[in-house]
Amino acid sequence: MLARIYALVIKEFLALLKDRATRVVLVGPPIIQLIVFGYAATFDLNHVPYVVYDEDGGGAARQLLAHFEGSPTFRIVGRVSREEQIAPLLDNQSALVALHIGPHFSRDLLLHRPASVQVLIDGRNSNTAALALNHVSAILAAFNLQWMKEHGWRAPPAQPELRAWYNPNLVSRWFIVPGIVALLTLVVTLLVTGLSVAREREMGTLDQLLVTPLRPLEILIGKALPGFLIGGLEAAVITLAVILWFRVPFKGSVAALALGVMLFLLAVIGIGLLISTLAATQQQGLLGVFLFLVPAVILSGFSTPVSNMPEAVQWLTRVNPMRYFLVIVRGVFLEGADMTTLWPQYWPLALLGAASLSAATWRFRKRL
Amino acid sequence: MKHRRLRALIRKEFLQILRDPSAIAIAFVMPAFLLFLFGYGVSLDARHVPVAVVVEQPDRDTEAFAAGLAQSPYFEPQRFTDMTAASAALQQRQVEGILWLRQDFSRHLLRGETAPFSIIVNGVDANSARLLEGYLQGVWQNWLQQRARSSGVPFVVPAVSTERIWFNPALRSRNYLVPGLIAVIMTLIGALLTAMVVAREWERGTMEALMATPVTLTEILLGKLLPYFLMGMGGMALTVALALTLFAVPLVGSLWTLSLSSALFLLVALGMGLLISTLARNQFVAGQLAVIVTFLPAFMLSGFIFDIGSMPAPVQLVTHVVAARYFVSILQTVFLAGDLWPVLLVNSAALAFMATIFLGLTWRLSRKRLD
Repeated sequence: MLARIYALVIKEFLALLKDRATRVVLVGPPIIQLIVFGYAATFDLNHVPYVVYDEDGGGAARQLLAHFEGSPTFRIVGRVSREEQIAPLLDNQSALVALHIGPHFSRDLLLHRPASVQVLIDGRNSNTAALALNHVSAILAAFNLQWMKEHGWRAPPAQPELRAWYNPNLVSRWFIVPGIVALLTLVVTLLVTGLSVAREREMGTLDQLLVTPLRPLEILIGKALPGFLIGGLEAAVITLAVILWFRVPFKGSVAALALGVMLFLLAVIGIGLLISTLAATQQQGLLGVFLFLVPAVILSGFSTPVSNMPEAVQWLTRVNPMRYFLVIVRGVFLEGADMTTLWPQYWPLALLGAASLSAATWRFRKRL
Repeated sequence: MKHRRLRALIRKEFLQILRDPSAIAIAFVMPAFLLFLFGYGVSLDARHVPVAVVVEQPDRDTEAFAAGLAQSPYFEPQRFTDMTAASAALQQRQVEGILWLRQDFSRHLLRGETAPFSIIVNGVDANSARLLEGYLQGVWQNWLQQRARSSGVPFVVPAVSTERIWFNPALRSRNYLVPGLIAVIMTLIGALLTAMVVAREWERGTMEALMATPVTLTEILLGKLLPYFLMGMGGMALTVALALTLFAVPLVGSLWTLSLSSALFLLVALGMGLLISTLARNQFVAGQLAVIVTFLPAFMLSGFIFDIGSMPAPVQLVTHVVAARYFVSILQTVFLAGDLWPVLLVNSAALAFMATIFLGLTWRLSRKRLD
């Protein structure tokens, strides 16, 4: 039986790798995507373009603006001298923020009165806008502290100290880039397994396989193993790149991650094979891959937190292997999570793998 | 004559679509289903975030502070009396952050000194952590003002900001995510509709049969493009209707700019699919290529969720080849800001250019391979 499966695996590998286009598709895009997405995927703001409308021109206003100029988060794109000039700049997205300092800003401050700064912001991307407002508040707070100290104002009754665990500088890349391991492994594994049975069926070679002494289960194992090996290899290479190239700290154990990768691959392969056995044609197979892949990525917590979803959708994400694997990857990388803490992620993955693989086997048998 | 041939080709394509209903599913069911699911699922607005409130010595001042949290819909405060238990809760992800008022908090207040307190967040999800920090500092600011009013000790803050948020005053993330989702979904649909049809004809040898008839290459391509274009526009209309009704995204711009730019974008998406299937000539590879070059770039590089302005310059350059980028920009503007011509014209020109390139390349490559 082992010899038969071995022969079949060799055949599957040859079928995958003899086609130059497939070879290129399996090797090139993951590497390019890792690099490009690794740099693209960030929620951290930098060089936020802003314009200044300073009606005051006094020393206090200059001091406040110096705080903005010194911040790497903001980049000045212009100064305007009339209020009407602000709207077009925000409209066509040349500036995200406009700071409007009123004519009495310096005078009010010197008279020990609160002085107001108007902050106009383009809210089209609400996340960017909220983060930019946070940064504006932080700069104002720094300016206020300095002003209070220098001019003998009463200090605020309470002042927070901010601290962040696991990611002290709150670099969002540390969160997103380990997620790319999950993303690309999912895509590659699904591509290898999702169309495999449908292709043979459409080309008529499945019938040839069936008349050989191979049993249905062996055929499925032969289809699953290449996905497992290729997916595992890609996951290892991408993980290494995330550590060595993107310098994301790796605090946990390799074993905890390896177990997670294996369980994740089994679940994804099971789903891929299930799609493949359900599809009559490759077109249907592709449709099935898309119908699984796209929600699996978007509703995984990769970019937007699962906890923000409504209850019903959160419940739906429980059948999404990527959701569990993302917690594992991020936990191992950033929090140093070990196997015991990750147990609540391991068993649903194992369950999903067992269920989808047996469903695929059952489907495949029945179709004969 | 030419007209009649084209009609016959379109009729053939429609018959084929009817026979294998997966194309209908792709064009109508899939976009509506995906938008329905994602519109609900994708949100950056945190609500009811579990936060530990550690008050080591409760009294009137600390209670007033903690009450600010309980009133806000952002938080679900959990009370702790010491830091050890709260730290354990943060480690086990039972809470996302800690507000820590130390024992000497009120003593500092009484003496008129600045009382230090701590805001600790779980930084793994840095974006959510930053937003949480912002919300918690908002609670602090409110408390400062309230205290100044109630204690009779006026506390004057030097520079105070008044914020005016344009286009999306409530900062509802759905308002910008749903238009972005439409762009991502339609990228998929467009490519899927066409990516495999031409490859299928090559693989089955029916393309050669078509070539042997008197129809011209342009007619064949038009015969492929038109039926799928009509179906794609139908799917697009469905998603827009969903966005406006179910997700209550405002449409500030006009419906006709929206339709016109959608038509333009659909041409790009279909053109990309046709080009893929002409290049691959094999459904397996065409399918793989469609997954790799459509969904992931549209998801990661279009500005749908990750702001293009924050990416490093070389990556920003790469985003220019992603058609969804222009459509996301158009949709966010037309939906939220209105018909702002400077934005619309630049992005539409880019889309028109890409459509020309994709369709032109498909046409040239098909002809070359015929010889």
